[in-house]
Amino acid sequence: MSAGVNLSGSIRRRLLAQLVGSAALLAALLFFAVLGFVRNVAEESHDRILLASATSILDSVSVHSGELTADIPYAALSMLGNVSDDRVFYKITRPAGTLTGYADLPVGGLPVPPGQPVFETARYKGEGVRAVTISRRLSVQGAPVPVQVSVAQTRTGQAALLERLSWSALYIGAGFFVLASALAFWSAQSSIKPLRSLTEAISRRGPKDLRPVTRPVPSEMSPLVSSLNSFIRRLQVSLARSEDFIAEAAHRVRTPLATVRTQAEVTLMRVEKENNRASLREMIRAIDESSRAAGQLLDHAMVSFRTDSLEQEDVNLTELARDLTERLRPVAELKDIALHFESGGAASVKGDNILLQNAVRNVLDNAIKYSGQDSEIWVRASCTGNQSCIEIEDQAGGFAGEDTEALTRRFVRGANAKDTIGSGLGLTIAREVAEAHGGSLMINDSHTGAGACVTLCFPSP
Amino acid sequence: MRFLLVEDNESLASAILDRLQLDGHVVDHAPDIDTAAAFSGTTDYDLILLDIMLPDGDGRSFLKAHRGNRKETPVIVLTARSEVSDRVGMLDLGADDYITKPFDFSELEARCRAVLRRRGGGSSNLRRFGNLQFDPMAGTVSAGGKTTALRNKELRLLEVFLNAPDQILPKSKLVDRLFSYDEDVSENAIEVYVARLRKHLAGSGVQITTVRGLGYRLTLG
Repeated sequence: MSAGVNLSGSIRRRLLAQLVGSAALLAALLFFAVLGFVRNVAEESHDRILLASATSILDSVSVHSGELTADIPYAALSMLGNVSDDRVFYKITRPAGTLTGYADLPVGGLPVPPGQPVFETARYKGEGVRAVTISRRLSVQGAPVPVQVSVAQTRTGQAALLERLSWSALYIGAGFFVLASALAFWSAQSSIKPLRSLTEAISRRGPKDLRPVTRPVPSEMSPLVSSLNSFIRRLQVSLARSEDFIAEAAHRVRTPLATVRTQAEVTLMRVEKENNRASLREMIRAIDESSRAAGQLLDHAMVSFRTDSLEQEDVNLTELARDLTERLRPVAELKDIALHFESGGAASVKGDNILLQNAVRNVLDNAIKYSGQDSEIWVRASCTGNQSCIEIEDQAGGFAGEDTEALTRRFVRGANAKDTIGSGLGLTIAREVAEAHGGSLMINDSHTGAGACVTLCFPSP
Repeated sequence: MRFLLVEDNESLASAILDRLQLDGHVVDHAPDIDTAAAFSGTTDYDLILLDIMLPDGDGRSFLKAHRGNRKETPVIVLTARSEVSDRVGMLDLGADDYITKPFDFSELEARCRAVLRRRGGGSSNLRRFGNLQFDPMAGTVSAGGKTTALRNKELRLLEVFLNAPDQILPKSKLVDRLFSYDEDVSENAIEVYVARLRKHLAGSGVQITTVRGLGYRLTLG
């Protein structure tokens, strides 16, 4: 169906790609947002516990008899153990040095103002640690002494927690992506649906169906449909115009020709002088020639015009050939030609009745025209296997070995046609019609050798 | 025969009128559908010749009304169109036949004859000449209880003679009436047909005599 159409991608695919792309981007953003949020929350709560632990250690530092002492409560360290199994380090320092704990803990190096905890990240004993440092002033022998407490914990447990949280964030993002993609697929499908149903409605139409499209469409498609309708209207007008033109041209040409011909015949019956009679005969011949040429040119125009959009109705070739034989019998009888019709099987074809009639009539016309007095013509309709044929055999002398190709060329006439009126379009028309229906035209010598046998063959439906 | 010609083109109509009258037919001419309906309502015609494109409508509507009124008069449509669909449509509407303009009058005659023969009419058109009884529709001559079927050319030749009894008809005129204009026929070809016709007329009292150097003449007795 897309034959001859210049394709630039697919709306559905493009829409789907865009929607799925946006879904992927949103899912990634969601993933990072969730991850950042939970990481923050985890870090903050961990920091708060560290701070609580440090505060309770700092609270345990007191002055006893002018000396600083620390009695670290169990709970201060065990609360950290609740968070994870990570190792905990601490140190209590004063300006004179470390009071107790891990003196080499590389945090709290700088004096920290009281009431402002400082959080830092460092490496200790080959592991990353998170630490907090707070301070307080204690009065020792009347002088204020700044006491600093640092508590640090390794981060293995926290890392594990963070990893679990990251996976959850990933699941949320992936779930979002899958759901959004499914919705994108559905929405691409449903937004393309009106377009598809319009296409179906139009491609189901027969070649002669030129009604405007009336099926309801979404507002975005209304400009397309209205231009399609206006195009259909223009096509209809132009087709009607060419059909009218052909009919009008025929009328304009034929009526005056009929007048002249009739008057010439009347005059010929009245005139006595042989010279005048000869000219009148010439005149009638000329009129016949031009009217036949005009007729066949118009027929040919009609054939080209109709083969462009070939109708597909079931045509009974046997009936068609029989009717035409009856139609032309009076003409044949004028020359005492015996016209025989023989039928072998029901010949039929799918196509344009008018064109097929025109083709057969042209061949039969030819046969009658070129046949002599008292001769015979056979019209045979037959159906063999997958072919339906109409065969017209005459005793008019045949075409003396001229080939079909040459005889069916436009305006080419057989060698014996010199004395007969004709335009050389009859066989061309017949062949064009046959080929438009997927068939062929063959010209052979007749069975008896006394004339020609023209066969029109069509594939049976 | 009595014809009704429905044709709006004046010059064509008068030419057809002339031509049919020369053959001894009676022809009424109606230039439009109204007149045609009036004529066909009051007179019985043997045949109606109907043009399609008429000033007050389509010949088809006349045809429809005509058949609607159960009129049996055969109709031959004169069409200037070449489209087969048109003609087929005509036949569906009840036309008996159609002929494309411009037409050969011998073809028109042949078609009229075929239509009338098919309709079984024409016995009213029996012609008598002496003992000879001629049925132009059936194409037979009867004399002395013996009926002979004539071939087309013999029949037409006899019609020409019967339309002009006792007149000398030159061979060239007979050739014109018997052969189409695109056939190159020598005047002697006519002798064959005259000889055949004489054989059929034997015993009827009707004779075709040769007038040396001038032509032929049909005489009684």
